[in-house]
Amino acid sequence: MSHGPAKGIGRWLFTTNHKDIGTLYLWFSFSMFFIGGFFALVIRAELFEPGLQIVEPEFFNQMTTLHGLIMVFGAVMPAFVGLANWMIPIMIGAPDMALPRMNNWSFWILPFAFAILLSTLFMEGGGPNFGWTFYAPLSTTYAPPSVTFFIFAIHIMGASSIMGAINIIATILNMRAPGMTLMKMPLFVWTWLITAYLLIAVMPVLAAVVTMMLMDIHFGTSFFDAAGGGDPVLFQHVFWFFGHPEVYIMILPAFGIISAIIPTFARKPLFGYASMVYATASIALLSFIVWAHHMFTVGIPLVGELFFMYATMLIAVPTGVKVFNWVTTMFRGSLTFETPMLFAVAFVILFTIGGFSGLMLAIAPADFQYHDTYFVVAHFHYVLVPGAIFSITAGVYYWLPKWTGHMYNELMGKTHFWLAFIGLNLTFFPMHFVGLAGMPRRIPDYALQFADFNMISSCGAFLFGAAQVVFLFNVVRTIFSKSKASAEVWEKPTGLEWQLPSPAPYHTFTKPPVIQ
Amino acid sequence: MLHIGPNNPAKAFHAFYLGIAVSTLCFTQNAFSSSLNMTEGVTSVSKEIYSLHMNIFWWCVAIGVVVFGVMFYTMIAHRKEHGAKASNFHESTFLEVLWTLIPFVILIAMAVPATSSLVKIYDTEEADIDILITGYQWKWKYEYLGEDLSFFSNLSTPNNEIYNRLEKNPNYLLEVDNPLVIPTGKKVRFLLTSNDVIHSWWIPDFAVKKDAIPGFINEAWTIVDAPGIFRGQCAELCGKNHGFMPIVVEVKPENEFNQWLSEQKAVAAKLEELNSTTFTFEDLVTRGEQVYLNNCAACHQANGKGVPGAFPSIAGSKIATGALSDHLNIVIFGSQKNPAMQAFGAQLSEADLAAVITYQRNAFGNNMGDSVQPKEILAFKQNNK
Repeated sequence: MSHGPAKGIGRWLFTTNHKDIGTLYLWFSFSMFFIGGFFALVIRAELFEPGLQIVEPEFFNQMTTLHGLIMVFGAVMPAFVGLANWMIPIMIGAPDMALPRMNNWSFWILPFAFAILLSTLFMEGGGPNFGWTFYAPLSTTYAPPSVTFFIFAIHIMGASSIMGAINIIATILNMRAPGMTLMKMPLFVWTWLITAYLLIAVMPVLAAVVTMMLMDIHFGTSFFDAAGGGDPVLFQHVFWFFGHPEVYIMILPAFGIISAIIPTFARKPLFGYASMVYATASIALLSFIVWAHHMFTVGIPLVGELFFMYATMLIAVPTGVKVFNWVTTMFRGSLTFETPMLFAVAFVILFTIGGFSGLMLAIAPADFQYHDTYFVVAHFHYVLVPGAIFSITAGVYYWLPKWTGHMYNELMGKTHFWLAFIGLNLTFFPMHFVGLAGMPRRIPDYALQFADFNMISSCGAFLFGAAQVVFLFNVVRTIFSKSKASAEVWEKPTGLEWQLPSPAPYHTFTKPPVIQ
Repeated sequence: MLHIGPNNPAKAFHAFYLGIAVSTLCFTQNAFSSSLNMTEGVTSVSKEIYSLHMNIFWWCVAIGVVVFGVMFYTMIAHRKEHGAKASNFHESTFLEVLWTLIPFVILIAMAVPATSSLVKIYDTEEADIDILITGYQWKWKYEYLGEDLSFFSNLSTPNNEIYNRLEKNPNYLLEVDNPLVIPTGKKVRFLLTSNDVIHSWWIPDFAVKKDAIPGFINEAWTIVDAPGIFRGQCAELCGKNHGFMPIVVEVKPENEFNQWLSEQKAVAAKLEELNSTTFTFEDLVTRGEQVYLNNCAACHQANGKGVPGAFPSIAGSKIATGALSDHLNIVIFGSQKNPAMQAFGAQLSEADLAAVITYQRNAFGNNMGDSVQPKEILAFKQNNK
């Protein structure tokens, strides 16, 4: 019945196995995480003290742009797709993804997209230097020639994401084991189902906006050029109509992971399962009507400003519900703090801090002072690093024994956690202060009053980078480790994945499991 | 933090957040310290915004204390190693409704003052003075509407400080050659637009931040009651020198402002006169050197050698030692190939253009010996429109 994988490189090139493709996605994402992280360290090295020391402003702008693009599209999104590939079929008792060949393709176009994107660094005029939000006309009329390659790369990434999303929806809706009703699905499956719909809704919008840029640059249109009847602000509206749901694409699956881990280590069922599902859906719906809160200073009319301010504030309600549910899940449990739980607890605390600054940013008049400063940088890094990165890390530690059949080294895991936790806070907490004190974002050099906190941030960034090396080492060591993990791995965890042996066989649930 | 160890994470968390709490306390103790918190500013709007900011900050602290309080309590009290047994409760409609409604009420409490501030900020009617602000890569142009006065404002921090060859002065990167000057007690309306990409004009002390968008005009306003010098920076990524286009506003009492205004107009009239003067070769070179240092040296460098790979050298360049018409063309209309070489035709007076072109052709060992007069510049502009 069960046969093993093919031998050699062909296994990875031609595989249609969800576990292999999940592994490919995860390793790809891990390598992009290091490349994007390296770019971040170039930025932090330049900002270590005032003056220009290491890089010129032109190259600095390429680093900020590529750091953002690589982390968003190369590290976070593929990591979540990788986790979805590995875990969703297992969690719903399916033998594989619904569309295995498309699954192979949606992964294998990604390395090409990022090879193209990174190759722009070596082109004449340099790589994209207009920020990951690539506002026109800086990204059209005033862009380096490599922008065309950037547009092509974005198109490929978008196609990959859309295929991945279609596959996940098709799998969840069609391949659940008998008895696995929607409201019995683990939250990770639920959050990914909703995320996949978000992806299908907004990735075409991203494709549209880069195509409009392409038209403006090469085919004489003037979508974003007032001289030809267009409007630079139109770019921002279209971009953020994609961009705001995009940030939830990077956080909703994280909610799912955390909702799996906290109950396991609290030894208590998730509190408010149904309200978690509804809160996720509400956040997803609200994400479509808040985009202009990124644009409070572009001069939208008062009524528009008020609408987007109120809608944005509303997001705090379902997000709050989630945090309260996690805390109540922990309450009167029987808590232990293995590495996945440490990352999950840090997630709840730090993500909440990021949520607080988000609430502050929602207040439009106050945003006139916060907008485009380091306060915003602090905010979205508090949301994305503990939010997306910590949850992915927690998920990797949580499921690694299931994937590899070996237990990771707990001491090393905890070392990783504490280095990352301290590094993260040292890096990003002071950014709140310099932002409030008036330091704009995306500048290669700064006035003297910002010097002390920037130095602290830079030290923290290198500590955070070092922590990830520990992570890499721990993962590799686990793969080659001799210690066997049990099927359950943790103490009475819930979920179908724990009914399988560790490592999970190459083919699982070829006969559907029985769900009570 | 000495007690941090793999076996007592809750304690370590505790210690860490004690640290955060202490720094939060410092944060509020030094609420007026500009290095930690938002400036309170000098206008009624900036003070309102500051109080909105502190208001929502304290709400966040209060919610944080409750949520994290419960969390830390449970992390300390309900540990398996201390024998805690897990309960099994996992649902409560009452709780869900409660923690949906309470935040909702808090949000309304925050939205009300925010709305009234926003309405006030959007009231740009009935201004006493209108100033058109145009963003350029990478400087600002200020035009006093109805007063026939306009000028550019450039970063005045020397390159030697930026490249760490000289000690940095206290206003490093926050100083300009010509600050914007406005009077006290008057409603000043700023009309913002841009010549190239999107910029954003920001003075934290006025709480004015508005994008300057090419092809469109945005409005903002301020009333400053006391004289002073206020500094800000461009807030929207606008290319290479985004970090190097500061904003300085000097607020003067009304009579001093009026005096300044008439002085500036006299200077402008004199400059206008120069456009029809015929200069001697030496005068052109002397004037040209100053114009060069203010407008060209940021890229082409004071020694005219440029930066290899980024900015072409003027010393011995084909254009500066070639046909005069090519030289006029690139300075007046900019480069077709490289948008970094802007069109200076509308930015500099004819006299300054004549002077700087003459200077470039005769400095840095170029020794062309030729010169160009303001009248010829005007003719060239008109013939090549």
